[in-house]
Amino acid sequence: MKQFSKHDIESLVKEANFSLRKDVKKLLAKAYAVETNRKAKKALGLILENSDIAKKENLAICQDTGLPVIFIEAGSNEALSGKVIKNIEQEVSSAYRRNYLRPFAVSPLLRKHPSYKGVITHVEFNPGKKGVTITIFPKGFGSENKSRLKMFNPTADFSEIEDFVIESVKKAGPEACPPFVVGIGIGGTSDYALLLAKKALIGRVDLPSKDGFLKNTEERLLKKINALGIGPMGLGGRTTVLAVKIKTAATHIAGLPVGINISCHALRSASKTL
Amino acid sequence: MRRAKGKIGAKDIGALLTLRAGEEILFSGYLYTARDQAHKRIVELIKKNKKLPFDLSNQIIYYCGPTETPEGKIIGSCGPTTSSRMDRFVEPLLKAGVAAMIGKGRRSKSVRDLIKKHKSVYFAAPAGCGALLAKKVLSREIVCFKELGPEAVYRLKVRDFPLVVAIDSRGNDLYKHLEK
Repeated sequence: MKQFSKHDIESLVKEANFSLRKDVKKLLAKAYAVETNRKAKKALGLILENSDIAKKENLAICQDTGLPVIFIEAGSNEALSGKVIKNIEQEVSSAYRRNYLRPFAVSPLLRKHPSYKGVITHVEFNPGKKGVTITIFPKGFGSENKSRLKMFNPTADFSEIEDFVIESVKKAGPEACPPFVVGIGIGGTSDYALLLAKKALIGRVDLPSKDGFLKNTEERLLKKINALGIGPMGLGGRTTVLAVKIKTAATHIAGLPVGINISCHALRSASKTL
Repeated sequence: MRRAKGKIGAKDIGALLTLRAGEEILFSGYLYTARDQAHKRIVELIKKNKKLPFDLSNQIIYYCGPTETPEGKIIGSCGPTTSSRMDRFVEPLLKAGVAAMIGKGRRSKSVRDLIKKHKSVYFAAPAGCGALLAKKVLSREIVCFKELGPEAVYRLKVRDFPLVVAIDSRGNDLYKHLEK
């Protein structure tokens, strides 16, 4: 059984919270280079400067160090036990505490005494995979609060789904910290569509989908959303979204679930495979 | 930009009211952090006519819940949180004399009207730039509600804290074209 060490997990927690992902930084730098709106360019400059300070000073990129979401993806021949998973969760919690990250969890009704207990873990076995990969995804709630789900009619036109995505980005607006990365999950059940949308954010977002139809849709949505003119901090300009990523799964003949999970510009995650 | 590089100091609280939506400033002075739970408690105290743990009059409220403070640092990452969640608490706070609010994102129409009525101002701080903003904080002291952890009220002394006027004292709203 593959065992992730305390050091492995602490390194992932630090990397996820202190270092902006390379793919995200690349897209932000590109957006900064092409932005012509003075205020928007300045805001993008601050975002890039912030990521440099965070890395240099071991400070969290954002004070919202998220509710840590842990994805464990194992090849079909791997073994995992409840003890191994619990150990990973405990090490994530204690690494958050040791690194002065924000206590992230409260009772949903009592709302007192924030603590480090309450990470969310998803475990999946994948026949096409070798080894075990663990991903730590600190999901901030400024953007998580803008998550949406719509159960479309199975005969809906694809344009209706695109309109739903655009409407969701408009609703998210300046408070969800644009420029965004928009994760879209299409298919499965209601819960699974939202999970797919979240998983769309943890893969590389600077590369298009391999599927031609999805690639074209992602590109078309990117253009349409950037024409909205919300821009960094809501200050206008051409950069409202850095990337749009779609994941799909088979669904029921009577349904067409579409989940949307938006990430702020500080899209953070770190992975390691054993 | 206004004045010398748009700088506004602690003694110019009145000058905040002359700023217009879209103007950028660098603020130096004191801010009180307060977010969801602190607002809920303060408003409950106001409703019950109880003494408040700090005087709100002429103060600036910053919607912020910082990370823990790393050893040797003044404060951890400390960017703004979403302001609209505090919309329901704005009226009693403005009545108690709050001069200005700092956060991120849009406010409701009623908040816009209240800001105009009570001659206040709402600023947006660079969202998702908590490490950069931590470098602008010179001191931090706990004021009240310690048991709320990151949601406690802290008094921060800041220098050259970058802000954009999002709603000015006349009710002009930088985000009006982005209505929900």
